[in-house]
Amino acid sequence: MIRHVVTGCALVLALSGAAAAQAPRAGGVANAVIQPEPPGLMLGLLQNGPTQMVAGNIYEGLLRYDDALKPLPGLAESWSVSPDGRTYTFTLAKGVTWHDGKPFGADDVLFSIEFLKQNHARARGNMAKVASVTAPDSGTVVFTLSEPFGPFLGVFEVGSLPMIPRHLYEGTDPKTNPANNSPVGTGPYMFKEWKKGSYIRLVRNPRYHVAGKPYLDEIYWHVIPDAAARAVAFETGKVDILPGGSVENFDVPRLSKLKGACVTGKGWEFFGPHSWLWLNNRKGPTASKAFRQAVSYAIDRDFARDVVWNGLGKPATGPISSATRYHNAALAGYAYDPAKAKALLKQAGYKGETVRLLPLPYGETWQRWGEAVRQNLEDVGIRTELVATDVAGWNQKTADWDYDIAFTYLYQYGDPALGVARNYISSQITKGSPWNNVEGYANPAVDAAFAEGAAAVGDDRRQAIYDGVQKTLIEDAPVAWLLELQFPTITRCTVRDLVTTGIGVNDGFRDAWIER
Amino acid sequence: MGLFIARRIGKGVVVLLAIVVLNFFLIRLAPGDPALVMAGEAGAADEVFVAQLREKFALDQPLPRQLASYVRNIVGLDLGYSVRQQMPVATLIGDRLPATLLLTGTAFLISLALGVLFGALAARRAGSLADTAITGVALLFYATPLFWVSLMAIIVFSVRLDWLPSFGFETVGAGYAGLARAADIAHHLVLPAMTLGLFFMAVYVRMTRASMLEVMGLDFVKTARAKGLAEGVIQRRHVLRNALLPVVTLAGLQAGTLVGGAVLTETVFAWPGIGRLMYEALLQRDYNLLLGVFVVSSGMVLVFNLVTDVVYRVVDPRIEAAR
Repeated sequence: MIRHVVTGCALVLALSGAAAAQAPRAGGVANAVIQPEPPGLMLGLLQNGPTQMVAGNIYEGLLRYDDALKPLPGLAESWSVSPDGRTYTFTLAKGVTWHDGKPFGADDVLFSIEFLKQNHARARGNMAKVASVTAPDSGTVVFTLSEPFGPFLGVFEVGSLPMIPRHLYEGTDPKTNPANNSPVGTGPYMFKEWKKGSYIRLVRNPRYHVAGKPYLDEIYWHVIPDAAARAVAFETGKVDILPGGSVENFDVPRLSKLKGACVTGKGWEFFGPHSWLWLNNRKGPTASKAFRQAVSYAIDRDFARDVVWNGLGKPATGPISSATRYHNAALAGYAYDPAKAKALLKQAGYKGETVRLLPLPYGETWQRWGEAVRQNLEDVGIRTELVATDVAGWNQKTADWDYDIAFTYLYQYGDPALGVARNYISSQITKGSPWNNVEGYANPAVDAAFAEGAAAVGDDRRQAIYDGVQKTLIEDAPVAWLLELQFPTITRCTVRDLVTTGIGVNDGFRDAWIER
Repeated sequence: MGLFIARRIGKGVVVLLAIVVLNFFLIRLAPGDPALVMAGEAGAADEVFVAQLREKFALDQPLPRQLASYVRNIVGLDLGYSVRQQMPVATLIGDRLPATLLLTGTAFLISLALGVLFGALAARRAGSLADTAITGVALLFYATPLFWVSLMAIIVFSVRLDWLPSFGFETVGAGYAGLARAADIAHHLVLPAMTLGLFFMAVYVRMTRASMLEVMGLDFVKTARAKGLAEGVIQRRHVLRNALLPVVTLAGLQAGTLVGGAVLTETVFAWPGIGRLMYEALLQRDYNLLLGVFVVSSGMVLVFNLVTDVVYRVVDPRIEAAR
């Protein structure tokens, strides 16, 4: 479970007394920050973070997930799974319309699946085991799988499988469809205006299918490119919502102490952002298992959390985040042990070759972390050289395997079969993507176990398989796991019920309201 | 004069085409491409996804063909399409141009006016306390990193005093129109334009001061003084006018860069200008957009160079005569 950071608002809550029992009030405007400015808002074509964050209000998926990743109704009001784990039946919510007034139905779902298989890399993978999708009537959709796929009920969230309006996209070239610039979904808020470089404006959807919701009249997403200026915008009251990652971590303690500011670390359980060092398993010192283990022992994760991340996050013990299903808490992973690291380096026959370390070019915090890890490595005798890049250069270098050690962090999407296997199975060793098996680790036993784990039916069976995988991977140390990251969402305490699911702010503001 | 201008325009077009070709290759030397950046942002990608993006960006075509089609478009005054932003490059640049011109133009006028004024004052009392104070303060603004001055200005005037807004072009969602809107924009303009203007001011102060001191020692100034002209008249009509030429040169060079925007100022103050557009396009390897900004801003540099040359002839008729 991700640690909750709730400071500052305790007092306010206590003073307002009956606040918890207070009923949501309609009306008001939410001012949030979006960083960086998204390239577009068509969620079926673009899957980057800022697009998901804004478009999560416009589009919807069939399901949503709570912070324990249990499914909640979305566009599907109910669902059932056959005992053999191969047939999934969804009953759609009634009276749902698109923002342009056209009714939403099962044919839109069928169209969306096909559309996303063409245009959405993750959906393509998630739907790989789907043999057929049918609509027995306009309110029901049935998925039939070619073999059981354990995580299947977890792939229907808005960012993973957004519903696309068939009437606007059928028979068109999606790349040039004018609807991309004025997106139409079924979500609680409708796209209104986008002043590039300044703000994106969404307005309340009066026809939203959940009675009484949403509560806010408007949402403004402000584009403020400088991290310090974003912090100031919150301080001066110009914005009320700083979604996770929008200010530098060293500003979080200061901002959360402001009067009337509330902080929560929740809302990232579905993503489970997990950070590690890619270690190039193909060549150089990092090709040796003993050397890789030495790197893992050399890193002081508590220092990184306390100093670099200002106490946010949790040391990662293995490949599966503790927020993700089938994490094994009994496996301790690698503790900070420089003496052991030195012994392993001797065993690996390391002769002082210089190792290139590639930090993530995502701002000040990551830069500092790169320096801290470099210091850790130097301390045990690994000669380390920091390589400076920008985002495009970083992508290129990791995707082309042109590195020795490189920082990264990835989302796990709630299930090892969705967000973990891709980084360790040998079929994912292909150049050109920075998110697959970049380290080049190949172990037939691990390949087989991940395949088995995805197809197994029943939590106990799957847990047993993933326990074995975690043990093997920790021993082989194909990468050096660092921290389970935490991206706190900072808001004015008057903004209520903003984060209500495991998808957090990315799930849209459908429940949010402003206390006045 | 007409022939002169025509020849300069002809040269300018050749230079512009050379710039286009050079930049085309230059930005492709940077590691990574727009497809990989977008795939990277998606947090999950397979080969199909990257290949689709490359096709979308026409990056799967051979380089000479990409160049040929780009140059053909430029000649037809078409800056191309930003696949990333799903919009024509000309529209994207056009949207940002007014904000940038307002910011850099205001800063330019502030720096020029204050720079010449304080430079003249300093020259008149060279070596005095006022001179030391003026050159000292001007240098301080020039030497201090721009982003730091900007952040400090925000902390003082926005956070502590709450006089001026810290970010943006106007109050979002206020629904102002007409004069009220203009006042609102002016309110937002104060901090960025002042910090940027004070930064540039130093150069004009130094240049005006040095150039005036030089002219003051010349014979015609002595003559003017001997004629019994008032000191103010001598300073304005004889010294300043003759000292202005280097300042005009400098102003012309700076005016050319106005369209390029001011990346740091626009970033800190979230000003929706060209500088930011260019910087983001660079990070995202949005080739067409980046090239478009380059073409527009280098075109402007050429135009302002031409304007400067014409202004020379107005300020100092001897230049025309010497040809």
